[in-house]
Amino acid sequence: MRARELLARGGPLLGLILVSALFGVLVGPQFFSPANLELIARQTAIVGTAALGMTLVIAAAGIDLSVGSVIALSTVVIALGLRQAASPAGAAAAGIGAAALCGLATGLLVTGLRVVPFIVTLGMMLLVRGAAKGLADERRIEAPVSWLNDLLRARALGGGVLLPSGIWVLVAMALVVAGVLRYTRFGRHLLAIGSNERTARLCGVRVELCKIAVYTISAALAGLAGVMQFAKLSVGDPTVAVGLELDVIAAVIIGGGSLLGGRGTVFGTLVGAVLMTVIQIGCSQRGLPNWVQQIVTGGVIVAAVALDRWRQGAQGT
Amino acid sequence: MAETLAPRFRMRGIRKAFGATVALDGVDLEVAPGEVCALVGQNGAGKSTLMGILAGALTPDAGEMELDGVAYRPRGPLEARRAGVQMIYQELSLAPHLSVAENVVLGMEPARLGLVRWREARRRARQALAQLGHPEIAPEAPVSTLSVAGQQLVEIARALVVGCRVLVLDEPTSSLAQDDARRLFELVARLKAQGHAIVYISHFLEEVKQVADRFVVLRDGRNAGAGRTADTTPREMVGLMVGSAVGEVYPRSPRRRGEPVLTLEGLGAGSAPLTLHRGEIVGIAGLLGAGRTRLLRSVFGLAPVREGRVRVKAVEGFLGPARRWRQGVGFLSEDRKGEGLAPGLSISDNVTLSRLEGLGPGPLVLPGPQAAATSRLVERLAIRCRGPRQPVRELSGGNQQKVALARLLHHDVDVLLLDEPTRGIDVASKAQIYALIDALVADPGQGRPARAVLLVSSYFPELLGLCDRVAVMCRRRLGAARPAAELDEHRLILEAAGTEGAA
Repeated sequence: MRARELLARGGPLLGLILVSALFGVLVGPQFFSPANLELIARQTAIVGTAALGMTLVIAAAGIDLSVGSVIALSTVVIALGLRQAASPAGAAAAGIGAAALCGLATGLLVTGLRVVPFIVTLGMMLLVRGAAKGLADERRIEAPVSWLNDLLRARALGGGVLLPSGIWVLVAMALVVAGVLRYTRFGRHLLAIGSNERTARLCGVRVELCKIAVYTISAALAGLAGVMQFAKLSVGDPTVAVGLELDVIAAVIIGGGSLLGGRGTVFGTLVGAVLMTVIQIGCSQRGLPNWVQQIVTGGVIVAAVALDRWRQGAQGT
Repeated sequence: MAETLAPRFRMRGIRKAFGATVALDGVDLEVAPGEVCALVGQNGAGKSTLMGILAGALTPDAGEMELDGVAYRPRGPLEARRAGVQMIYQELSLAPHLSVAENVVLGMEPARLGLVRWREARRRARQALAQLGHPEIAPEAPVSTLSVAGQQLVEIARALVVGCRVLVLDEPTSSLAQDDARRLFELVARLKAQGHAIVYISHFLEEVKQVADRFVVLRDGRNAGAGRTADTTPREMVGLMVGSAVGEVYPRSPRRRGEPVLTLEGLGAGSAPLTLHRGEIVGIAGLLGAGRTRLLRSVFGLAPVREGRVRVKAVEGFLGPARRWRQGVGFLSEDRKGEGLAPGLSISDNVTLSRLEGLGPGPLVLPGPQAAATSRLVERLAIRCRGPRQPVRELSGGNQQKVALARLLHHDVDVLLLDEPTRGIDVASKAQIYALIDALVADPGQGRPARAVLLVSSYFPELLGLCDRVAVMCRRRLGAARPAAELDEHRLILEAAGTEGAA
């Protein structure tokens, strides 16, 4: 049973290694070339960053469907800021701040109305998307070129030290979020709420405050993902990242998070995000059509959850 | 008369064990058509298990059952219902959004070509409600708009429509007001006159005398006596319920009563005030649903309070759990799995959750100190586990309960509110928990103040053995606390059942 548990715990990583090896065979050794690995990292950055926040939300047995819309809003705010001659850093901060406000609203609605987060964030998804479109007057917003555009630029084109700087930002945030979840009172409280909210309440955890905080933090990280999305597009686009929340949630689930709460690790989430990118890039480099890629990704999600069930079953006895 | 008729159902030599615990050891029960038989016994005597077997929810290990002279072996609750054995549980099982008629015919909708014949459904519902003497309940009304008593009627109506040969009523009056209870008794008499065999489970012995023809007493999973209610006083029934076996030994260290730490006044209409001092254990006796749990929860800020005053140490007023913990008050929930513990988290996370401060610098919680703090308690309480990181879900009931108690020790509270601390746990763990509770209120010497314990339990010997004083709660009213030495089990049972006059 210990072996079974180990296998299941290392499952996401094992899955990543297997899938990578598969594409290594299918595509050839150039699949593991530094340039290709960098491409994988760059393609993972946006989903990965947003998934950091989602890991916290899901650990607390919540869900946030508004992530894609929040990313779009963030790109619009950044572009508008740059057009208003704000500094690039100021514009990015404005984008993240706008996103955090969306999260604060979500948190207040979830705790104040006592409506399940699925419904609240479904509403926020449309609400924020609409707000982004209104703010952008339903157009893409061109913005002056700044260093923000270099965040995800390939190193070959002069981006970053060793890796594009956006990747470093993701790594740094991942370390911070992992530390918060594992080694702070706030993180332990989130896991307790996710595992059994009534126990958390009984133990004096301020459940409402924690929930408001977690949605705000998660949306701020989505805002940061918006900064990276802006870097990739170099325009503010209110129609970008439609449906991206599902990729983000899938990354967390593949990484061992449970929608019932109480579980989830940042490392697992990142492995999940990378795994999805590997499938995407591997399929396109092998020349496989999009539908194959979708079927494989879907299969991996189901397999990840099935593996998890199996492990739970092993513990239930 | 009942004796002359062939029994409607007969259970003989029923045996059922859960693991090492024998819940039923050769129990007999039979009820004739047109007879109301009360099943009485203390909590854990085996009543629920026996009725679970009758209702097909449990399979007996041994024994025979007959229904109208034909062997009866239900393979599940559905089969039992089809055979005409209908249970009305304390917790009603209705779909609140659906109408009365929809609930009454649920699962047995009259249909033609797959389409429900609603007119016929409403007619059946109306007929069943009329048969129960309640034609005023409209079949179109949503069930959620009815009172508890009304919902109970709908459930009984459903039993009649399905076809009912044996009706089991489990504590049917526990959530009813007096008038509704009186109407229910009339209804039971009416159903009896219609020839139904009725099993009536209740702790209220006056009620049993009023409603039932006969009673059967269970004690520790065996038949402990039976008789006609007309010839027996509640006191005599209690005598059969209690028996004489006293096996347990309750530890009692020297205690010295100190300053008052918790005062309750007027929680619930007509309640006596209660003061808890350091160095003492005060027990609250009562039946399930008497309001004891709610009392503790409102002191701890987990249930809203309608009236009364509470004072903890020098602070007056109702506060939430976070503030209570900071005042040095800890609460042990009766619902271990649903509320007391987060089963998916580790022992260490569960034990330290209320006080993560001091387990690392600043806002940090480091696994090392967390595990160390837990390991000390694991050792002190003899919790059997692989280590502090093991998920609580994998532990046995007794060890889980020790984890829940360890939280109060980790927090180092000095007022402990314990709700059913030994429910559903093994004998060895029980003894350890008794010793622990006793040690907590013992005089620590060196001028240090002792702790105080408020203990809710449905197991009265435990209250009498552990507590310095015991108060009885009956129908949401708390009585005055009296020295345990002046009380005995008979008295507690009679008072808990609201039969003070007979005592």
